[in-house]
Amino acid sequence: MTTALELRNVSKTYGSGPSEVHALTEIELSVHEGELVAVMGPSGSGKSTLLTIAGSLERPTAGQVFVDGVDLANASRSEQARMRRRSIGYVFQDFNLLPGLTALENVTLPLELDGVPARAARKSAQQALDELQVTERAGRYPDELSGGERQRVAIARAIVGKRKLLLADEPTGALDSVNGEAVMRLLRAATHRDVAGVVVTHDAQLASWADRVVFIRDGHIIDQTHPVPGPESLLAAGEPS
Amino acid sequence: MSVPYALLALLSESPKYGQRLQSEFEARTGRVWPLNVGQVYTTLQRLERDGLVEADGEGEGARKQYRIAPAGRRELEDWLRTPPELVPPPRDELVIKVLVALEVPGTDVHEILQVHRRHVIEVMQRYTAVKAAATEGDLPLALVADAELFRLEAIVRWLDAADVRLKQADPSSQHSEVSPTPTTDPEATPATEVSQ
Repeated sequence: MTTALELRNVSKTYGSGPSEVHALTEIELSVHEGELVAVMGPSGSGKSTLLTIAGSLERPTAGQVFVDGVDLANASRSEQARMRRRSIGYVFQDFNLLPGLTALENVTLPLELDGVPARAARKSAQQALDELQVTERAGRYPDELSGGERQRVAIARAIVGKRKLLLADEPTGALDSVNGEAVMRLLRAATHRDVAGVVVTHDAQLASWADRVVFIRDGHIIDQTHPVPGPESLLAAGEPS
Repeated sequence: MSVPYALLALLSESPKYGQRLQSEFEARTGRVWPLNVGQVYTTLQRLERDGLVEADGEGEGARKQYRIAPAGRRELEDWLRTPPELVPPPRDELVIKVLVALEVPGTDVHEILQVHRRHVIEVMQRYTAVKAAATEGDLPLALVADAELFRLEAIVRWLDAADVRLKQADPSSQHSEVSPTPTTDPEATPATEVSQ
């Protein structure tokens, strides 16, 4: 299996002296292609910092961050920017779609910013919308879409083109549990192609969609789940009365 | 308790033989409750004795077809609206383990909480896998898996709340950085409201 994301001995400290805060301490984490990992912890545990560092939106104080074999923590700014445009997809809690662009234009945008010719970019964007089953919404503006549709478009934008790493911070936002489940099904399907996914959440039900759940507390990874046995053992557990 | 009512519900659609009742019961409860055919027949005999179902045809067991009686319909309607027992005895095993852990010197209660949190989430992953593998139209299975997942999620939330209460009750853990294996002062006995 290919490792799509690897954090080696990553630490992040904010401030200095007495006001110094250790957001992350010596984090070790590898995520393979095709694997969905949930990072679970309370607010202030460092889970969002972990995600922004994995996505090269922030540099660690120490350590290395490999995405698709490239050490982003020590790469040039232009190399970092290129990886953000081409290899990493982000899904945010509040969707972050641009209100003045249609669904299709929102999904096309990251490719256009990367210099992909317009026609090719539109074709890839259309494919991503197809995959997320919002093809017929391509011409709509974000405020004409339901919450669930907006999130599908946001995921389409995160997987468009050839991305290696999909990062999501509380990706189901304010959706109800059944629609939140739909989002997790989509993220799972997206990662099970050949993308590595990392979802940050405090929600146990969402985390349970992941192949592996990593627990973070006070900036430390303290534990993780074991591989999941088959579901058979759960069924036929007891006789009804 | 609920098997007789489930059989009454199946009979309220149309008269049925025992074998068919067994297979429909399993299909409509997401196949998570196996039911042997012997149990179906003993239940039907009891329902017949109580005047809640009536049997067509002579003979024994498999040759009898059952229909719901008017008294059975009334019984079923009442049962659907009767709240189940929601007040369990206050001796949940996990709660007791955590309360006991508070009293054992040298025990890191946060670590105990995490052991249980991980275990519950692993079980949740298995139920989610059941849901993920289920065909889209399998409504009973989705409902059964949801029920278990919400119940397990409540346990995780209780563990999370217990973590916070323990920290608040123990001033020595109020650092910006906590070592991976913090020790809890056994003398600092947190409040017992965690059992609520």
